Amino acid sequence: MATTTAPNPKVNRLGLQVLDYRGGKTTLCAGCGHNAISERIIDALYEMGVQPERLMKLSGIGCSSKSPAYFLSRAHSFNSVHGRMPSVATGALLANKTMKALGVSGDGDTASIGVGQFIHLMRRNLPLIYIIEDNGVYGLTKGQFSATADLGSKLKTGVINDLPAIDTCALAIQLGATFVGRSFSGDKKQLLAMLKAAIAHKGTVMLDVISPCVTFNDHEGSTKSYKYMQEHEEAITEVGFVPHFEDIAVDYDAGTTYDVQMHDGSHLRLRKLRDDYNPNDRASAVKQLMEAHEKGEVLTGVFYLDTEKPSFTDMLNLVDQPLGTLPESRTRPSKQVLQEIMSKLQ
Amino acid sequence: MATGDVALGNAEPTPGTKDDLSARKPVINDFSIQVATVNGSGSQSANSVLLRSIFGMGIPVSGKNLFPSNIAGLPTWYTIRASKDGYVARKKEIDIVVAMNGETAKEDILSLPAGAVAIYETSLDLQQYRSDVVCYPVPFDKLTAAVCPEAKLRKLVKNMIYVGVVAKIISLDMKAVETALRRQFAKKQKAADLNWAAVEAGYNYAAESLPKQDPFVLERMHATEGKIIIDGNAAAALGALFAGVTVVTWYPITPSSSVVEQLIDYLKRYRVEPDGKATFAVVQAEDELAAVGMVLGAGWAGARSMTATSGPGISLMAEFAGLGYFAELPGVIFDIQRVGPSTGLPTRTAQSDLLSIAYLSHGDTKHVMLLPGSVKECYEFAIAAFDLTERLQTPVFVVSDLDLGMNNWMSEPFEYPEKPLDRGKVLNAEDLTRLDGFARYKDVDGDAIPYRTLPGTDHPKASYFTRGSGHNEKALYTERPDDYQNLMERLNRKFETARTLVPHPIVVQDGKSKIGIIAFGTSDFAVIEGRDQLRKEYGVETDYLRVRAFPFTREVHDFVASHDRVYIVEQNRDAQLLSLLKLDLPAEDIVKLRSIRHFNGLPMDALSLTDEFVLQEGI
Repeated sequence: MATTTAPNPKVNRLGLQVLDYRGGKTTLCAGCGHNAISERIIDALYEMGVQPERLMKLSGIGCSSKSPAYFLSRAHSFNSVHGRMPSVATGALLANKTMKALGVSGDGDTASIGVGQFIHLMRRNLPLIYIIEDNGVYGLTKGQFSATADLGSKLKTGVINDLPAIDTCALAIQLGATFVGRSFSGDKKQLLAMLKAAIAHKGTVMLDVISPCVTFNDHEGSTKSYKYMQEHEEAITEVGFVPHFEDIAVDYDAGTTYDVQMHDGSHLRLRKLRDDYNPNDRASAVKQLMEAHEKGEVLTGVFYLDTEKPSFTDMLNLVDQPLGTLPESRTRPSKQVLQEIMSKLQ
Repeated sequence: MATGDVALGNAEPTPGTKDDLSARKPVINDFSIQVATVNGSGSQSANSVLLRSIFGMGIPVSGKNLFPSNIAGLPTWYTIRASKDGYVARKKEIDIVVAMNGETAKEDILSLPAGAVAIYETSLDLQQYRSDVVCYPVPFDKLTAAVCPEAKLRKLVKNMIYVGVVAKIISLDMKAVETALRRQFAKKQKAADLNWAAVEAGYNYAAESLPKQDPFVLERMHATEGKIIIDGNAAAALGALFAGVTVVTWYPITPSSSVVEQLIDYLKRYRVEPDGKATFAVVQAEDELAAVGMVLGAGWAGARSMTATSGPGISLMAEFAGLGYFAELPGVIFDIQRVGPSTGLPTRTAQSDLLSIAYLSHGDTKHVMLLPGSVKECYEFAIAAFDLTERLQTPVFVVSDLDLGMNNWMSEPFEYPEKPLDRGKVLNAEDLTRLDGFARYKDVDGDAIPYRTLPGTDHPKASYFTRGSGHNEKALYTERPDDYQNLMERLNRKFETARTLVPHPIVVQDGKSKIGIIAFGTSDFAVIEGRDQLRKEYGVETDYLRVRAFPFTREVHDFVASHDRVYIVEQNRDAQLLSLLKLDLPAEDIVKLRSIRHFNGLPMDALSLTDEFVLQEGI
């Protein structure tokens, strides 16, 4: 028997293998868009060299919210209550602002039952990557419409949706999120670049990722099917990402490309695919989203970016150490303080 | 109308004549004053000065604000009770009414018992309605105008006129009044001077024009030395401060808002480090669902976290409470109870959230409750709650009420906690290396409390998956029948561990009486006075146990077992404490339980207790 030496496994800048970023075996349907998103999350965290123990994964309830079990087993995870992940994430980040946090939600979990908490999460600019795995239907309850389903789209049963869709991206931009984009689970390259940029951002990242449900919403008449996305996806920009630990080798044309330096020193390069594209202009971004709806297009790309606005945890001016593990000497005032208070009450 | 009678329906004047009033024995340090005003008129400062003046004379005193759910313009009553015996329960009968609200003045005087005193604006001419009440008409507007040239301040200053009038009539020490007033306006010299002038004007008017015709007088005592005055919500806030709270979330709701508002003041003052950075985070959430979600998220990640709310907020927190129980997350929830159901009477008091909190959320769920019965316990139980929630890894509720939370109470000064913070069973990276990992939901120590790790623990085996769905000892998803049943049984055993850790009841038992009384929270004040009434007026001795926590400790069972009859006294319609006891007690003891309930939105008074007790006992 011939002996061969196994090639050295590929590692990232921390010396970790992709294997170190894996999770449990998925229990979602074969072909589900959510699985592709989990793969891209693994790739992005691996390539960016995020220490798995420094990440918290949070989710609500639904097919999407199961997916944190399928990536990064070495990160603490919290599968919370339907539509209420934003509040749990807020509390967790207040307790430990030094952690990276990634929230996975769905269209029902975000735009229906969770729309209240979603709105206030966006307002606060909490440093959280918030991913909506958006398929327009409730999978676990067998295929009812959600609030992101487009007007006129059709269920398998033939039921037509007669209410307008909530555009979570337009909403997030209006509410103050500082990194807003849309992608497609089938667009490997774009989604990976956007996720890597999301990791480099400090503030709320809101990514709506169209993620077809192969079981309940991938048929003729659906506007969230693989086929519909292949035919109607319109990238507003080409997304390139150069992490801070790599040389910026490739030149770009300043006339056609926005080069944005991210919080960690990485560069996000957004090449215009439309003349009126400007990722710093909220009004224009919302206008383009509205116009795309009228035309039946699904715009993808980074719509809006603000790297200056302070995040929620910055605004609170907290001490550098995590609040959760501060020693008693810093959290319990002295006996003299109590005596001072008591004497004032006498 | 005087609130002593509002809900009780006995507003009929008692017949009598003024002649009966003369030659009455003086009533010293044992009467109640009620100020009837309109909310938003600024009477709070005046009432506070009255309360503190009596306190300054060394006389035990308590104050209750009975106010409407309204910004300005509706009737409000403030009752001050001086009691040489130290009774602080609401007194049903009003002895002196200060009728400042023209709208309710007629009813206010009609509802007084014979022999009481009425002070009112001369033009209201109230003496026409009662010949058996001592009437002191005062030209408030004229007196106010004389001391306060600025017309827009007169509405406020007018209140201090009645302070002066009352001071003269009941022999309140003017030095004590001035001390209290200067304290009230500590940072506003001009306001203090103006208000003091008003007090003196009232005093002088009474001295010249209102000869004393009533028996109510104050005499200096030494019963308040060293004592403090504080409201229960401030006391709870102080407890949280000294418990080292780090994450505070809230959604404003009466009567709990002042817990967090006062806590914010304390935190800003005592928990900002020299570099200006805070060792705490406060978030005003979008609703109570978010407030409790943040609390549990923060608790999960290691913070000492809390929120404060009232009934409607408790209802909204139900789903998260179940998650906290099932996924074993720490967090402290203060419930300052008000009258329900639904919006109910938002500014009135009750003890009617007990049952809903005990089993809050769907499925088999139960929660630890601490039940403070004094401002000191609001402080102490706040500290205990943070230790318990981290020790037990389950939400802990501190169940106070509006009466305790929003009124000022005398108290012994609070003591500095002796024990260091108990942060519970948390494994760090070194522990994980030594143990080669851990199973999040495994009962290692036999007390049914598992070990946890915090996000950010630098060890590849530190992480686990928290979820509200079925999970096994390793925190992995499961729907296996035995996994679920084992988990639910362990949670039940953990509740038994809680039973050994929560505050014990206060028991007053001489071993002779066969009749017991059980109460909790603010019913205590009425029970203390009621037991004395039963002893003095009926010769009936009773034993008393005040429950201070749920689950009930062993003493509660023993107390019921050692008596023939036990009266459960509480401020709700459905006998909620009695219902919880029924679920806990053996069948032979359940039959001993009797119920005395008070639920009209006003704090319970002693007479309501004794009258019902006497009726049921057939005395």
